[in-house]
Amino acid sequence: MHEKILKLIIAQVEELNEQLDFKVPVELEADAPLFGGDKGILNSISLVTLIVAIEQSIEDEFETSLVLADEKAMSQKNSPFLTIGSLADYIVLLLNEEDVNE
Amino acid sequence: MNENQVMLITGTRKGIGKFLAHFYASKGFYVIGCSRSSVDYKISNYCHFCLDVCDEKKVKQMFSKIRKTAGRLDILINNAGIASMNHVLLTPVKTVKNILNTNILGTFLFCREAAKIMQIHKFGRIVNFSTVATPLKLEGEAIYAASKAAILSLTEILSKELANLGITVNSVGPTPVQTDLIRSVPKEKIDRLLAMQAISRFGTFDDIANVIDFFIKKESDFVTGQNIYLGGV
Repeated sequence: MHEKILKLIIAQVEELNEQLDFKVPVELEADAPLFGGDKGILNSISLVTLIVAIEQSIEDEFETSLVLADEKAMSQKNSPFLTIGSLADYIVLLLNEEDVNE
Repeated sequence: MNENQVMLITGTRKGIGKFLAHFYASKGFYVIGCSRSSVDYKISNYCHFCLDVCDEKKVKQMFSKIRKTAGRLDILINNAGIASMNHVLLTPVKTVKNILNTNILGTFLFCREAAKIMQIHKFGRIVNFSTVATPLKLEGEAIYAASKAAILSLTEILSKELANLGITVNSVGPTPVQTDLIRSVPKEKIDRLLAMQAISRFGTFDDIANVIDFFIKKESDFVTGQNIYLGGV
């Protein structure tokens, strides 16, 4: 599952990269920086675009609706949006919670 | 220009929403409507969803279907709203929650989900509903007017947050229109209210559609964060 999510995120980041002047180094895969921290590449608008694209992609792949930018994400000390890897971890966590709740 | 445009209107079972669904479907828009129960009409270019506008799960499912089937959403008309006339000392908390949920939470939820689809094509028009009850400070409408005051703030701030995505957000503030919403309001109260307007008459559905027409025009891409009250309030 984690691998699948990672690939899904990378695909969306690659698509977003086409619109960006400073591109996310997707070749770093899980370690590629996204938003925040010292190395963050995305500005808030690009992050919003990416989050929405990933939400829609998850909806298509897993037939489930997630809201990625929920309070939990915003209040986490280590933001899930730091890197592609941390975002993948976070999405897997949400999907598992979704399974438990259903 | 309307032929391929997809418009979502909330609260289309009756009143203003029903009129708008017919009006825009007849103009060639593909109209998606929703309300808590099903509609008693059938029109071409129209598709209906039964849901409560503050049920996040159902709302998200509907938007997911819109994205997968229509592939786009150009216009959102946040018409669904409820009112309750009561002195503040006689207003139950349950009523307050219902009004806030439908009027604020529902509007917010639809704006959020609509913007997610609209940003794909970097184009969107959102029209929210305010009311003249807010500037006229109508007694007996504290919660309704307060909920709609929140819509003004929401509209102004969303207009800034969504501008970079090509989405405009505006609101229209109708005067009383002869619909179910004011059915229980005493006549003398309505007459007093109409007298407070610069133009003292009931609003019509066409008056509202006229303002919406302006906001959703392609040429109105420089008009956002604005509210227009009808009747000269």
